[in-house]
Amino acid sequence: MASREMSGAEMVVKALEDHGVDTLFGYPGGAVLPIYDALFERESIKHVLVRHEQGALHAAEGYARSSGKPGVVLVTSGPGATNAVTGLTDALMDSVPLVCITGQVPTHLIGNDAFQEADTVGITRPCTKHNWLVQSVDDLPRILHEAFYVATHGRPGPVVVDIPKDIQFQIGLYTGPTTQGHRTYRPQVKGNIDSIREAIDLIATAKKPLFYTGGGVINSGPEASQLLREFVHTTGFPITSTLMGLGAFPASDKQWLGMLGMHGTYEANWAMHDCDVMINLGARFDDRVTGVVDKFSPDSKKIHVDIDPSSINKNVHVDVPIIGDVAHVLEDMLRLWKAKAAKQDKGALAKWWKQIDHWRDRKSLEFVNSDTIIKPQHAVQRLWELTKGPDTYITTEVGQHQMWAAQHFHFDEPNRWMTSGGLGTMGYGLPAAIGVQMAHPDALVIDIAGEASIQMCMQEMSTAIQYDLPVKIFILNNEYMGMVRQWQQLLHGARYSHSYSEALPDFVKLAEAYGGVGIRAEKPGELDDKIREMIDVKRPVLFDCRVDKMENCFPMIPSGAAHNEMILADEAKDPTDAISEEGKMLV
Amino acid sequence: MPPKAEIERHTIAVLVDNEAGVLARVIGLFSGRGYNIESLTVAEVDENAHTSRITIVTNGTPMVVEQIKAQLNRLVPVHKVVDLTVDTVSIEREMALVKVSGTGEKRVEALRLSDAFRAAVIDTTHSSFVFEITGSPEKINAFVSLMRPLGLVDVSRTGVVAIARGAEQM
Repeated sequence: MASREMSGAEMVVKALEDHGVDTLFGYPGGAVLPIYDALFERESIKHVLVRHEQGALHAAEGYARSSGKPGVVLVTSGPGATNAVTGLTDALMDSVPLVCITGQVPTHLIGNDAFQEADTVGITRPCTKHNWLVQSVDDLPRILHEAFYVATHGRPGPVVVDIPKDIQFQIGLYTGPTTQGHRTYRPQVKGNIDSIREAIDLIATAKKPLFYTGGGVINSGPEASQLLREFVHTTGFPITSTLMGLGAFPASDKQWLGMLGMHGTYEANWAMHDCDVMINLGARFDDRVTGVVDKFSPDSKKIHVDIDPSSINKNVHVDVPIIGDVAHVLEDMLRLWKAKAAKQDKGALAKWWKQIDHWRDRKSLEFVNSDTIIKPQHAVQRLWELTKGPDTYITTEVGQHQMWAAQHFHFDEPNRWMTSGGLGTMGYGLPAAIGVQMAHPDALVIDIAGEASIQMCMQEMSTAIQYDLPVKIFILNNEYMGMVRQWQQLLHGARYSHSYSEALPDFVKLAEAYGGVGIRAEKPGELDDKIREMIDVKRPVLFDCRVDKMENCFPMIPSGAAHNEMILADEAKDPTDAISEEGKMLV
Repeated sequence: MPPKAEIERHTIAVLVDNEAGVLARVIGLFSGRGYNIESLTVAEVDENAHTSRITIVTNGTPMVVEQIKAQLNRLVPVHKVVDLTVDTVSIEREMALVKVSGTGEKRVEALRLSDAFRAAVIDTTHSSFVFEITGSPEKINAFVSLMRPLGLVDVSRTGVVAIARGAEQM
């Protein structure tokens, strides 16, 4: 690879080009002006100017999760970097590959409390996979290439490269990326074949098996989803998934049990509780999934495939750990299984399916619909019916609407569902939708939102207008921070302390003020036509869907309870005493 | 579920790139995840390769100790993590500087005990000694408690360093 002399700022832009970056989300400021200068009239990289740095990070997350490529962000020092922290933490929790470049005050001013100085590497150390403060222009090319390597290899995650302004001006020698691996960071992608063999032996003896899949399948790439489908179909086993894994296996398939966990389906949670062999592929036994750990799937042998060794035995003890990339491990599993399939206990499996069908008959996602008031579940169902297809991408904010979206919008393909799972960041959905639309200009991108969440990054509507991104913001407006209100009802005697969304803006007028389109639906009878109107408008839309204010999200595993102790909608007449005293301590 | 596990003490050696912030990463991991640090020592061990060796003494249930090792291992500048308590047979040493002040019978007794512990006198005045003592943490604990009634003034300890027995490299 030829080397060339250039400024630090030019190196940044060159490295982005060399790593195939076509889209950059950012916000200029004093400490990144040289890099912005290098970007001036550069055709190769589209820069998206956000309205707040948090928006840049979430937009990059949406871009990354929907495309499989790393999201790239450029922000300035001090407040630029501190505003990025929420997005970095979000990406760390949900394993999203991001490269975030931050400007820093010049080297000689570091530590002087200079204007717009912050200890960016110190602040972002716990919320990145790795970060670097560049101390010499000679180190810059290597660090930039390392940044892309670390963000995208192993368990993906966000990285920060903090570049002092003087280094952006200095001239140095730029060398392009090499195909060589990293000096110290060498994640294991191939699973140990003996462990895989042990797993296959265990699976062959299963009488009540269950696949439990997570975001790792999505992160592993489309091939992992294909292999998963093949393996699940070959075995005939039931499958459930975490919030982050939705779409890896088609929701329209008869082996699909729906999402599991706190707001998962009756059949998925009962199957988790009662199974005898659990095959965890790329999920991390998160507390939203396990409920109280002591009572979690007490009688199962557990197989856990994860690329991150620190996920193994962190929350739940597993019997067969396999460290590796899901696609690689599935390939081996499938090959070994095919040599073995004859020994499967078909009788036991049929019995297990009969039991599962019995749980399915409980129809845990049903709700009492109304012809006078729009039920939020109904709104999501109609949205799904009218927009479903491989070219529809859904993002969400965080709260009740997010869970209703997960329950009632069904995904058949991976990378179509972008939500803040681990951190639970209100304000994620709109900027994420902008990132998705940048990656997929012709797709239908919908942010299913709540009226409270949407106001946290509302300013990004302006970004959508500027870049002519026809994202649809579908607000389930119940005038409450719905999930907070639900918990206050369940835990705190229905004392709705500060959870009412007072002084709401008129979302239709707000949309128009931004230069977008506002639509309001208030009656079930007008919902379909209004949704169609929203789809037909090729501009950003704020859709104010007025829904039942007091609807609760069920099923729900109350805090401190086990999977077989769900609260179901039709049993929750007086839900105020549903949670135990110990459970109230939990989040 | 496995039965309720006992708290164990482990000595872990970590070979890292000697770069800015690496110690902060290790310490931040312990504080951020609520792990215990009993002692931690660090120094460069290879000038050419720019690597440092960190020795951490920690305690936790076997599951927590496994977590600590996995978490350390996934830090980018970490080359290697070895649990010297279970992976190998190892030896541990710690050094302490112990200042004792006193005159008369107590002073004589302090000197006599230091001899028994093979501690060296590295500074003295008419009314004080500074002893240098090397050994296991337990030996140093014993020496320090013997010095307490004899006029103990200050203790400075290095924390534990450890290495595996035998010919193998880490």
